[in-house]
Amino acid sequence: MWNFIIRNIAQRLILLVIVSFVAHSFIHLAPGEPSEVDPMNPRMKPEDIAKIRAAFHLDDPLYMQYAYWIRDLASGELKSFKDSQPVLPKIWDRFLNSLPLFILATLLVWTWAFPTGIYGAVFRGGVYDRGTVFLSYALISIPGFFLSYLAIMWVVGWFGVPVISIKTFGMEHAETAYRMMDRVWHLVIPSVMAAIGGIAVLSRYVRSQMLEVLSQDYVRTARAKGLEEDTVIYGHALGNALLPFVTMFGLLLPGLIGGSVIFEQIFAWPGLGRLAYEAILSRDFPIIMTLNFIAAVLTLAGTLLSDILYAVVDPRIRLH
Amino acid sequence: MSLDPEAMAPPETPWQEFLRIFRKDYQALFGFWVLMLLLVSALAGKALTEWWVVFDPEVVRLTDKFLPPFSVPSPDSLPTDRPFGGIYLMGTDELGRDVFARMFQGSFVSLSIGFVAVGISLGIGILLGGLSGFYGHVKLWCITVDTLIMRFTDAMMCFPTFFLILTAVALLPPSIYTIMMIIGLFSWMGTARFVRAEFLSIREQDYVTAAKALGIPEGRIIFRHMVPNALAPVFVSATIGVASAILTESGLSFLGFGVPPPDATWGNILSDGKGFIFDAPWLFFIPGMAIFMVVLAFNLVGEGLREALNPKLRSR
Repeated sequence: MWNFIIRNIAQRLILLVIVSFVAHSFIHLAPGEPSEVDPMNPRMKPEDIAKIRAAFHLDDPLYMQYAYWIRDLASGELKSFKDSQPVLPKIWDRFLNSLPLFILATLLVWTWAFPTGIYGAVFRGGVYDRGTVFLSYALISIPGFFLSYLAIMWVVGWFGVPVISIKTFGMEHAETAYRMMDRVWHLVIPSVMAAIGGIAVLSRYVRSQMLEVLSQDYVRTARAKGLEEDTVIYGHALGNALLPFVTMFGLLLPGLIGGSVIFEQIFAWPGLGRLAYEAILSRDFPIIMTLNFIAAVLTLAGTLLSDILYAVVDPRIRLH
Repeated sequence: MSLDPEAMAPPETPWQEFLRIFRKDYQALFGFWVLMLLLVSALAGKALTEWWVVFDPEVVRLTDKFLPPFSVPSPDSLPTDRPFGGIYLMGTDELGRDVFARMFQGSFVSLSIGFVAVGISLGIGILLGGLSGFYGHVKLWCITVDTLIMRFTDAMMCFPTFFLILTAVALLPPSIYTIMMIIGLFSWMGTARFVRAEFLSIREQDYVTAAKALGIPEGRIIFRHMVPNALAPVFVSATIGVASAILTESGLSFLGFGVPPPDATWGNILSDGKGFIFDAPWLFFIPGMAIFMVVLAFNLVGEGLREALNPKLRSR
């Protein structure tokens, strides 16, 4: 077990080095430098551009830039090109903003997808099953921002509450109950919108996994023994059907950054996704690269976690 | 052995079997007809808006701004600028352009983005996955081909795809070809892993051993015997890939990195329309519903194909 974990961590560290190479060279080889964001500005003289390039090490060869990046990242002194703020605290602040959105969306996905999928599989071919399967296709087929705009119009028009951004400006002196409700409204709508895709995808996985298990021999045996249908489904089948999803806990982590760009942009939510978008607009290379790097670290940590979890919950799997 | 009446039925070719299952799937069949309609309208759109201009999507009529669907041109508009049939089927936008003509032109552009992007990602995915699955054991210096390719695939999978696409599209000069290429270049990883797994299992099948024993050259074994058998699941994921490419394009348009004008795509008509959601709702709802229908159709057809092509799911 420990042997497996240590070897896996070592493999993933090597992969991480490759990832950092790819992230760095990809960003730097793409045309367009931070110094060229505003090329039409007549006040930008060539000397100024050269000065900027020198200050950000952009005139050094690529491998030197990579070394600078890694050095600054490791020592925590990496500065944003745009405002010279340290990158890591900046990302941490935005991370804290994204966290409630991420947690609520994840909770929604997990609490909705499982019952939906399981009931669909148990009553296969029924109205409920066909309805939810079709609905899940419909929900992954709508452009996210189209649905979000409809939801905003509906919520604002029907309930008369503001939902854009993290809270209503100027409510600082309102009573606690009102402030709390305000925060809840602002949080719920974007979370639901971000969760919808996940619910649709996950419930179909759960359904097909449950169908797979229900056709196994041991379920037939349980039925043949004369056990009640509820015991067969919830006692014998459910646990086995849910096993693979334990691993998905690990794979959720990277969704923190990548999945949220559009939704945070729609709802003006000052989280990681928006930070990424703003960084891309201003060609803030340190932030783009660091976010990519962090996403990769999260992915690798997530897959490791899911491998280990799988071995822990499923005794049939032996780690070598 | 159970006496399954299906198993005792007279043998049919795989194609007949596929058709029989696919035809019973009403959702997939519905999706298929929507796609056929889309294909026709895309080709007609290309032909009628560019080669033989009946619907001109680029005519600006400042007298006819924000006309709702089914309205007739105002009397002040130039006679030469009248829409075909004398009616704006889907209304006009903020510049008085005919939304029907723009949607018509956009159907070709959107569809071609989907197809080209998926073509690129399939090409890379099949090539790398096939190499890794067939020649995986070959050693290059000190590491095997398989390790090399799959570690690179793993590294690419570590990045959040949409963020990566967004970064690339933002840094490169804006053009429709860039967007097609970028979406394709960053979505091949799933296909590669898929094809590798298929190849690894097909390589051990008896018919490949038989082909080798017959002395058939390696290239012929790969392309004549192995690739066709590995392609069925790839085809399914390609169908769904087109759907997600169209959605990605609309997402990029929303963030302001879509296909630059004057090319109309459904994504950028929708994202332009969101500014007029109260004054001219048709600018928002028509492209939104169109994207929804088409992506839904692709997803349903993909799922129908998966059911019809996957022998494990049958008879259940």
